[in-house]
Amino acid sequence: MDLKTKYMGLELKNPIVPSASPLTWNLDNVKSMEDNGAAALVVHSLFEEQISHEAGELDHYLSYGTESFAEARSYFPELEDYKVGPVEYLDLIADIKKTVAIPVIGSLNGISTGGWVKYARNIQEAGADALELNVYYVPTDPNKTSADIEKLYVDVLKAVKSNVSIPVAIKLNPYFTSFANMAKQLDTAGADALVMFNRFYQPDFDLNKLEVVPNLVLSTNWEMRLPLRWIAILYGQVKASMALTSGVHNATDIIKVMMAGGDVAMMASELLMNGIGRVNEILTGVKNWMEENEYASIEMMKGSMSQKSVQEPAAFERANYMKTLQSYQTLI
Amino acid sequence: MARQKITIDGNDAAAYVAYNASEVIAIYPITPSSGMGELSDAWAAQGVKNIWGTVPTVAEMQSEGGAAGAVHGALQSGSLTTTFTASQGLLLMIPNMYKIAGELTPTVFHVSARSIAAQALSIFGDHSDVMATRQTGFGLLASSSIQEIMDMAAISHAATLESRIPFIHFFDGFRSSHEVNKIEQLTKEDIKAMISDELVTQHRQRSLSPDRPVLRGTAQNPDVYFQGRETVNKFYNACPDIVQKTMDKFAQITGRQYHLFDYFGAPDAKQVIIMMGSGSETALETVNYLTEKMGEKVGVLKVRLYRPFSNQQLIDALPQTVEKIAVLDRTKEPGSGGEPLYLDVIAALTEDMMSEKPKFAKMPRTTGGRYGLSSKEFTPAMVKAVYDELKKDIPKNHFTVGINDDVTFTSLDYDPHFIIEGDDVVRAMFYGLGADGTVGANKNSIKIIGEETDNYAQGYFVYDSKKSGSTTVSHLRFGKKPIISQYLIQSAKFIGCHQFNLLEKFDVLDIIIEGGTFLLNSPYPTDQTWDKLPNRVQQQIIDKKLKFYAIDAYTVAQETGMGARINTIMQTCFFAISGVLPEDEAIEQIKKAIKKTYGAKGEEIVKKNYEAVDQTLANLHKITLPETATSTIKLPPIVSDSAPDYVKNVLGLMMAGKGDEVSVSQMPIDGTFPTATTQWEKRNIALEVPAWDTDVCIQCGKCAMVCPHATIRIKAYDKELTKNAPETFKWTEAKGKEYEGKAYTIQVAVEDCTGCGICVEVCPAKNKQETRLKAINMVEQIPLREKERANWDYFLTIPEFDRTQLNVGSIKGSQLLQPLFEFSGACSGCGETPYVKLVSQLFGDRTVIANATGCSSIYGGNLPTTPWAKNNDGRGPAWSNSLFEDNAEFGFGMRLSIDKHKQYADELLVKLSDKLDKELVDQILNAVQKSEADIYEQRERVEKLKKELEKLDDDSAKQLLPIVDYLVKKSVWIIGGDGWAYDIGYGGLDHVIASGKNVNILVLDTEVYSNTGGQCSKATGIGAVAKFAAGGKATPKKDLAMMAMNYGNVYVAQIAMGSNDTQTLKAFLEAEAFEGPSIILAYSHCIAHGINMAKGMENQKLAVDSGYWPLFRFNPENLLEGKNPLKIDSKAPKIKLEEYTYKETRYKMLTKSNPEGAKELLKQAQAHLLKKWKLYEQMAGFDYSSNDEKKDA
Repeated sequence: MDLKTKYMGLELKNPIVPSASPLTWNLDNVKSMEDNGAAALVVHSLFEEQISHEAGELDHYLSYGTESFAEARSYFPELEDYKVGPVEYLDLIADIKKTVAIPVIGSLNGISTGGWVKYARNIQEAGADALELNVYYVPTDPNKTSADIEKLYVDVLKAVKSNVSIPVAIKLNPYFTSFANMAKQLDTAGADALVMFNRFYQPDFDLNKLEVVPNLVLSTNWEMRLPLRWIAILYGQVKASMALTSGVHNATDIIKVMMAGGDVAMMASELLMNGIGRVNEILTGVKNWMEENEYASIEMMKGSMSQKSVQEPAAFERANYMKTLQSYQTLI
Repeated sequence: MARQKITIDGNDAAAYVAYNASEVIAIYPITPSSGMGELSDAWAAQGVKNIWGTVPTVAEMQSEGGAAGAVHGALQSGSLTTTFTASQGLLLMIPNMYKIAGELTPTVFHVSARSIAAQALSIFGDHSDVMATRQTGFGLLASSSIQEIMDMAAISHAATLESRIPFIHFFDGFRSSHEVNKIEQLTKEDIKAMISDELVTQHRQRSLSPDRPVLRGTAQNPDVYFQGRETVNKFYNACPDIVQKTMDKFAQITGRQYHLFDYFGAPDAKQVIIMMGSGSETALETVNYLTEKMGEKVGVLKVRLYRPFSNQQLIDALPQTVEKIAVLDRTKEPGSGGEPLYLDVIAALTEDMMSEKPKFAKMPRTTGGRYGLSSKEFTPAMVKAVYDELKKDIPKNHFTVGINDDVTFTSLDYDPHFIIEGDDVVRAMFYGLGADGTVGANKNSIKIIGEETDNYAQGYFVYDSKKSGSTTVSHLRFGKKPIISQYLIQSAKFIGCHQFNLLEKFDVLDIIIEGGTFLLNSPYPTDQTWDKLPNRVQQQIIDKKLKFYAIDAYTVAQETGMGARINTIMQTCFFAISGVLPEDEAIEQIKKAIKKTYGAKGEEIVKKNYEAVDQTLANLHKITLPETATSTIKLPPIVSDSAPDYVKNVLGLMMAGKGDEVSVSQMPIDGTFPTATTQWEKRNIALEVPAWDTDVCIQCGKCAMVCPHATIRIKAYDKELTKNAPETFKWTEAKGKEYEGKAYTIQVAVEDCTGCGICVEVCPAKNKQETRLKAINMVEQIPLREKERANWDYFLTIPEFDRTQLNVGSIKGSQLLQPLFEFSGACSGCGETPYVKLVSQLFGDRTVIANATGCSSIYGGNLPTTPWAKNNDGRGPAWSNSLFEDNAEFGFGMRLSIDKHKQYADELLVKLSDKLDKELVDQILNAVQKSEADIYEQRERVEKLKKELEKLDDDSAKQLLPIVDYLVKKSVWIIGGDGWAYDIGYGGLDHVIASGKNVNILVLDTEVYSNTGGQCSKATGIGAVAKFAAGGKATPKKDLAMMAMNYGNVYVAQIAMGSNDTQTLKAFLEAEAFEGPSIILAYSHCIAHGINMAKGMENQKLAVDSGYWPLFRFNPENLLEGKNPLKIDSKAPKIKLEEYTYKETRYKMLTKSNPEGAKELLKQAQAHLLKKWKLYEQMAGFDYSSNDEKKDA
């Protein structure tokens, strides 16, 4: 049985890739991912803010209150070397590369085209086999048009691409007026893969404190429907590889991603909830399903349920909405 | 290897040689020597090797006494060992110094000489400390400049090995230890060439080793001790020649020749000054001026080797022509026949006169004088005054110079206008705030000019006596010749004022020369700046024809992402207009310096600074001067007219920066000062202050409770009083049954507030319409200032709430008590002062305080004004600081004395009972004094008693009257930081808590030596980075609470106000009520933690939530009721330790400097925490219901 898949030029032994999560802070976790059969892994993100703010914060607090009082002209020892901003991250990439043989995908999270994009090159130099650019952006400025926002995505992708020779994937959110067009623009701009979709962690209100609080909710299975739909729609319309992330929890999810036309299925919530060992279990599940259903290879099923391959392409469009409503009506 | 020219300070110069020439370094922090230990520790952490290619072992000890013991032990075991200290620290080393010298053990102690605490503590420089060691047998070698410090350090390390005489190498604290100057750095090869391997081997061979055992340290009896003491004579006799030989060898290596006594001046001088230390450089500069410009026959003899004192070499060094000598000592020995150097010179001259071939036909008339105590300025004018005095037939002896002694008239008059600073030196002064980075930028400028050009450069920095809103004045000199002026700039060519409002506080342009350059950071547009200047400043600019430049540096800083740091911007302005360097070159060098300074902290920081440099020049403008001063802005008075005379006339001078004008008669004779003086120093340092929203407030009192500077006050009072209040005075209906019908006001002292914002952070009430607002919100201070000044004044006229009617056990009730600790100079957002203030509120009117040296003694007792205050009855805390190490014992002594007074008063009362109202006597003797009401009643009784006693003509009555107030309960509080309680003072603290006496100990635990700049103590948590623990502390925090609980009869509480203020309050009330020793360990967030101080209380909460700082109370009284004495007041750990620790730079920085190490230490810390928690939990779970103490009770 051939589980191999190709993702933005990388030959992967199967389609299961742990997506960016805090798990990769720990090398033991990374090793465990490989041992359990992960085909590649995406390292947690290096944030633009981390680069610009962390150094600022360290400088601020190390110098805060200094040279003010004769007895205490400073409060900390003067150290020669700090691993601020990307240094720690880059060291980790290098360590991960030493720890595992599977492809390692670095991740940069940011939105501006400022100096930070050059850290893409550092990630490449640290040994990453590919890079995932995570553009996490909530456009709150009412003066910015959708065209402005779309340009921003394309510009940052181009800026990163110009800094590296390794493949670059772009992780997206679905909130574009014309997502298909956006995907096409990014494809044209050179994206080696489209990763769908970013989960926006919606803030919550604490009514006791009257405060807005961050609230991380892990994904659930139904969340993969949206990216699944878009992968099915885009299959064959873009050159870039496609990855599905959000809501992948079991073997059948992986099969669905492949059938929609995805090249890899990415998982984080499932591993955070039930352990890295789930990779192995899911992989076994995929194999079993394929055996039971007589699929010889992943390639065989890729795109088989995409919009262009299904009997009813309209199922992915407006008609599907009507049908869904009707199916609900029959229940009452 | 070529020698580098570097610009460093004196501590750096000494530490560099000491580190290179040592294998073991035992350290302990004390100002101004701490820098040497800090550098050594940091170098060791970085793996820097000494001249033998090994990294010295650096060990912090619990006190200087401990450091000296460790040095002694290391020396006895054959290592080359050194230490650094000053002042009281050196005094603590004296017992070991006798031993080390008595055993002829080579070592060098590097001492930045500092005043000894006498009538007051002083951190500044003089020779009082080293002079107290001259009898120990140590050699004393003096340095007078930064170059000399490096050179003499090398000479002393070499000479000690050959002579076997241990050495103190000393230089003046601050003036030399902290002055930055350009020097030639010795190479490692130079130092190696100075130190003989053979002598090192001999040192090792004398060490204790079981492989060749000997015994050292015997007890000797009357038959031989004396002879034994005389065995060392030949070593002392040989030592001066060995030192000279070493100096000669040094000269061969470096070209710099020194002698034991170096004479400078006219070869045929008639008047000669003999002195040592930095002052001799000023004397030399003045001698050069007087001989070259005025043809005077004067000279100065610099003493370098003070012990062993070579009479012969002193006499040889003096010119044959000398007729009169003034010996200047930077120390005072009250009651002696003269100061030490003077007596030594007299002895040398006398012995010479008595010798077979005296050098002089007639003994030169020799006088002695004191100068420069506690870094008092010593200027050329003062030097000249000494020479002028010597010209008199009978010059004054035992004189002082530099002060106005209008009591015993010792002082010499001097002409302050005698200034010899020439055109060949660029002299620039900068007024700034600590927070704006002025000093750091100036240090960079000195490095640029000193190291990147052929100029010599010098920098000296004067700091504030307050820790919040502190001002700094930088003195920079540059020139083609080495700069030897060891005094503050007297006439400036360039003055930069980095804060506009400092123009109102200081006479910034007082000493600028005509045609000089003035650079001002102005928040106003260029065309409005002139009109915003005070009239005096306008007039000075016009009169002195200054070149006046202005820049709005804060706007440039904001626009370039620099926040409030204007350092780089102002530095660029200085280079652009001073012409010290061509503009392009200057900018290139500034950028180079930025890269060097900030490079380690990340490229983004470097980039921001570059951007600031690039934006500066376009925003710098020259202002054209009008012909007349038109401003109507007058300078506000320094002190209010309503202040007491002493505050106006004496403290006011200090506040105005004119403390040097205070005469001897104006100073108290025994160090006693009035309390409650901070109220007169309106510092107006906050840009934003809290404003109260009466509608949102729930009247919980938390804002007042946490206010570190007691600037938020609460009163509940008769509504009638609101009728005459100023228009903007705020009040509302008081909430709560006990305050029904009363008006309620929260008033902010906006002129005293430091703007920390901690009150806003803890305020639990939110504005329902706009949730970003609370019941107290930060608003701009300036628009409020005038109105709130009037409101504050009115607020003060409202009577305090009757203490006897308050529920002081509630936060709300306790915060209606008047704070008797207000407006201290502590850091903005200080975590210690809310606890200290609470003591003053709860018990202040009957409390005596013993305060260990440290932050709390500095913000509690540093002049000019002090925060301990009085209530309207004139009662308040009586406060004193003895030392660092003895505070528990000091407070214990207070308790003994108070108890003795009380006992004797009781006895006298019994004795007098027949002559007094018997019922009154009985009531007084049997009074229960637990509540505020009880104490009030006892006070009333004692007042009545006093009146009766005054009527009696009886000896016992006369004896009773002076101590009768002790019949009212007195509370003794022993307050200090963790450096005192965990380390240097632990032995005494342990003894005192074991004593059973009724003392209350408050440990303000910041987990570092905060006052000296954040050195590690045994309270420091595992994994925290601190000075002396640059690689992260590897061992857990000492569990002082557990040690105290071990006694069983000690009240122990661990508290954190930010986590549980009610528990904090309970602990204070219980501790004070407990009739025995009590100790409260109070978590105190600190600027040395590297945190946002406004959120300090939040950090406290995290510390508790993580289980790192469990809250508990151990009350032995519970045993009497068969209850477990230990009650844990916080819940089991509910967050991971890192969720607390990594909010703080002290922990977080280790993840940046040593990620692997940080991970490992975090793991250990978490495990230790859980183990400790379990132990406490078990202890709190023990069943005491059948214990014996209950049965006994």
